[in-house]
Amino acid sequence: MSPMFYFLAGLTVLGALAAMSLRNPVHCALSLVVTFAGLAGIYLGMGAQFLGLAQVVVYIGAVAILLVFVLLLTRSAGGGEQEERAPSWRMAVLVGLLVAGVMGSAVMTVARWVPRDAAPEPVPVVQIGRVLMTEYALPLQVIGVVLTVAMIGAAVLAMPEKRGVKADRGAANGKDVVPGSGGTSPTRESGRSVS
Amino acid sequence: MAPSIDQLFVNLLHWVVGFLPELARPWASLVISLGSILSVFALLFGLTTVCERKAIARMQNRLGPNRVGPFGFFQFIADGIKSLTKEDVVPRTADRVVHFLAPLALLVPVVLTYLVLPIGRNMVVLDLDCGLLFFFAAGASTELAVFMAGWASRSKYSLLGAMRAIAQMVSYELPFILSTMGVVMMAGTLSTVGIVEAQAAVGGEWLARWNVFTPWGLVAFVLFVIASFAEANRSPFDLPEGESEIVAGYFIEYSGFKFALFFMAEYLGMFSSSAMAVTLFLGGWTAPVSFLSWVPSWMWFFGKLFTLMALFIWVRGTTPRLRMDQLMDFAWKFMLPMALVILPVVVVWHRLGGGWAGWLVCAPPLAVAWVLLGRALVGRRQIGPRTYRYADG
Amino acid sequence: MTPLVAHLVLAVMLFATGMAGALARRNAILVLVGVELMLNAGNLSFVAFWRYGPNPDPQTGLMFALFSIAIAAAEAAVGLALILAMFRHRRTTHLDSLEEMKG
Repeated sequence: MSPMFYFLAGLTVLGALAAMSLRNPVHCALSLVVTFAGLAGIYLGMGAQFLGLAQVVVYIGAVAILLVFVLLLTRSAGGGEQEERAPSWRMAVLVGLLVAGVMGSAVMTVARWVPRDAAPEPVPVVQIGRVLMTEYALPLQVIGVVLTVAMIGAAVLAMPEKRGVKADRGAANGKDVVPGSGGTSPTRESGRSVS
Repeated sequence: MAPSIDQLFVNLLHWVVGFLPELARPWASLVISLGSILSVFALLFGLTTVCERKAIARMQNRLGPNRVGPFGFFQFIADGIKSLTKEDVVPRTADRVVHFLAPLALLVPVVLTYLVLPIGRNMVVLDLDCGLLFFFAAGASTELAVFMAGWASRSKYSLLGAMRAIAQMVSYELPFILSTMGVVMMAGTLSTVGIVEAQAAVGGEWLARWNVFTPWGLVAFVLFVIASFAEANRSPFDLPEGESEIVAGYFIEYSGFKFALFFMAEYLGMFSSSAMAVTLFLGGWTAPVSFLSWVPSWMWFFGKLFTLMALFIWVRGTTPRLRMDQLMDFAWKFMLPMALVILPVVVVWHRLGGGWAGWLVCAPPLAVAWVLLGRALVGRRQIGPRTYRYADG
Repeated sequence: MTPLVAHLVLAVMLFATGMAGALARRNAILVLVGVELMLNAGNLSFVAFWRYGPNPDPQTGLMFALFSIAIAAAEAAVGLALILAMFRHRRTTHLDSLEEMKG
């Protein structure tokens, strides 16, 4: 295993541990970005170019931004006055260690498999595109529908409920909210006249 | 003679790298080429700041800086020395680690985007299979640095500026990426070198097949340039950093060298997206007409880049700033649908094989969509005779 | 330790960290961070098997991981919108405040 892999793996694990144990939620989000970047590096090291770059664009460029935006909008970005850890956090860590132990031992016994030492021929992006349009055409359409539904759903959920109030500029979810006057919601107060 | 000037830098690189042992050659080649590209663009950054100040000054009927050096062109050296020697002020309640890392987090991805730009024939640092995706990945990483800068300063203005800047960058990233999909479809590859080579004149044609000479390419070029204005937080999209609005927005608490780093990162990002626009739409390093192909390829590239930079400076000096809601409306209600309309048009163009039939069939839907979307965008305001609320008679 | 095992052990560590965090943190957003970590761990194991295991199809693992990234992004968006809606009701993202069904 190359030293680059160990460096990236160490970075990833450190980032993950920091993301779950730091006190300030924004620091957690930023450590998560480090984790994502480490994972992208590992994907690139394995020869999955498109996937590594897609990981950067989607996770770092979209999911992390969503995360920090919601942190800002819900004002959790401050000092963290509340009790951040559950009373039973030690039990959670124990469960985590147990799971790691069980799965780790299962993984070690996989060592019997014959690893493919020679690198598989790198999958060119052209092939990914071709395969997406032929073999995986149906999953592609389904993903399109899922993403559209998720986008509409997120926008509807995040819209403020009162009528006539403009939705937050700069949006709860970055990409997902359509700015404009507030939408109608099913829980309209009963005293209002329908105009 | 002409090919040797064209390949001058490539031959120079091979000669220098030839002195090194075999094992170090790829790394040395990478480092030297990236270093030289960065130094060229850093020098260009300095000169552009001066040129911009002088150009905008002339547009505003005054002279720009003209004291330091010949006609004031060493002003950027003076500015650099000033920013290096200024005191580095960090607010007491600021988050020191994140505050320190933000300029770095902005600069590194911007520098990474230069890895896939083809400056001339055989002059690209890394010929990746998905070069364009790498460019967009690096561009997407810059948004997080903006947030880090704004949040770490723990100041209301900087936080507000950061939120606006991120909202703007995220909104304009979609048209930015979608407008290039037409180019990718026509070239059949995500590699920047492949895209440039697909735009070279084929056979005995006198006019090169630049993407901007096609109807969809023209529209996509306009969309891409507008989106790169927004990605670089440049006027008219500079509300997040406007001085009269929000007192420099997310880098309000930065002084001295860190501010200079932010400034440099913004300008380098601007160069990088202009260079990508040149690569995708203006044919990269190819000559527009075949009888001019004796001019070295890197000269063509830089010439086109300078033209685009002049456009950036011109627009900055000319247009007023857009308000935040106007900005967002423009991105979501005009540019995104327009970028989506381009995609079927490209398919039709490809089927028809381009040429006069292509123009006849593809140009009208684009023009109609442009006009209709534009009308729909301004439609909500009643455009009629002006009424005055308080003035009488 | 073969490369496959190394990658899988990394994936296991990420998964366990994500799970422990999702169980231990009380801020709703940080629970989502844990869930994202778990999803990433799953992706990593898919790509590890694509690269180092025998597979008849040259790109199956890669495609699965790609779709998984898309789904994870959609799920993060909806989850964060839910957290925003919850914040509007309760003015807090602390999970222990969600202990009543009323309101």
